[in-house]
Amino acid sequence: MMEFHLDGRSGVAPYLQLIQQVRQALRLGLLVEGDRLPTVKEVVAKVAINPNTVFKAYRELEYQGLVAARPGVGTFVVRTLADESLAAHESLRKELRAWLEKARAAGLDDESIEAIIATTVRTPTEESP
Amino acid sequence: MTEPALKAVGLTKRYGRHLALSDCTLDIPAGRVVGLVGPNGAGKTTLLQLAAGMLLPTAGSIEVLGGKPATGSEQLAKVGFVAQDTPTYANLSVAEHLRFGASTNPRWDQATAQERVAQIGLNPQQKAGKLSGGQRAQLALTLAIAKQPELLILDEPVASLDPMARREFLKGLMSFTAEHKASVIMSSHLVSDLERVCDYLIVLVASQIRVAGDVDDLLAGHFRLVGLRTDLADLPPGVQVIEESHVERQSTLIVRADVPLDGPFAVEQLSLEDLVLAYMAQATSRVAEEAVR
Repeated sequence: MMEFHLDGRSGVAPYLQLIQQVRQALRLGLLVEGDRLPTVKEVVAKVAINPNTVFKAYRELEYQGLVAARPGVGTFVVRTLADESLAAHESLRKELRAWLEKARAAGLDDESIEAIIATTVRTPTEESP
Repeated sequence: MTEPALKAVGLTKRYGRHLALSDCTLDIPAGRVVGLVGPNGAGKTTLLQLAAGMLLPTAGSIEVLGGKPATGSEQLAKVGFVAQDTPTYANLSVAEHLRFGASTNPRWDQATAQERVAQIGLNPQQKAGKLSGGQRAQLALTLAIAKQPELLILDEPVASLDPMARREFLKGLMSFTAEHKASVIMSSHLVSDLERVCDYLIVLVASQIRVAGDVDDLLAGHFRLVGLRTDLADLPPGVQVIEESHVERQSTLIVRADVPLDGPFAVEQLSLEDLVLAYMAQATSRVAEEAVR
């Protein structure tokens, strides 16, 4: 069973924080297939958070195919993120290195590179690939 | 449950020459936790008291859960109200408060009330006057919850509590909403608390509603733009400037945008607190401008 927390100063919407925490737990192996997520009632009583926020996060996780709700029983993990993402790390890192070389060749220093990454990550893409 | 929790059209309240609430129109769906924010004297308490049926409107109309506030016993039973500073009777014990609640409320749930009293760790024999602020607030919340309302209205319930007592109070309130699928409307100055517990927000300044809506929609539709004055002087239609500040070359804008923002400027997400403050600042500067004219 995992525990949620909320960072009031992160600027990230609460339901997104819950989703990120589940995804993070799946990536780190803190949650594995078959584990039950805490019930909405358990979460709100612990974190003092709106129940609709928890519903919304769980719905989104279900839509992402990571958990499944079994009515009257609970919400269970059906897929883990650990293996799949780890496998992709190596090729992604290679591509990122190539991109970094290009950025430095164009005259960007580390600070400019960090700024361009941060603003790009934060800007919502108009069309998802 | 399909009736809106609160519906107001042109709702206006005057006290003599003083306009406390002016032409408010709201349509809040049921099942939401609504945060009501605004400076002191903005009209928050007036709006909540109109919703609870303790005041009558000067003009316009208000309905809660599909009926006029406080008309008939059925309507009264559906709405719970916790007034500012969570009042209790100092000379009555905790148990006497529960007995009083049981005798005056047709839908009273004594089992829940007793369970909550035990859970909070209140001594049933203790006089309410001897309780701490946090315990008194929890007792007032227990009474309101045991009434099993479909709509719970709270006026600044946590204002005088320490952070720990505040968190405990909000845990209790959220457990209640999760279990009963009830609607909640609460006023507070503590936007950080509202950000956790509310999914609907109303900003009320100088007797008028400045913005009202789903919190996630509000957050997704408001941005801070930082860039060159020349680049930010001309924004596309669909972008509404809420607040702006300019220095020599740089402009910082807080905008509401229904269209994708793209340009040679930085686009940042806003926190709920920044959003609220922007609307408050906008209203204050407008009032100042009108006073000059």
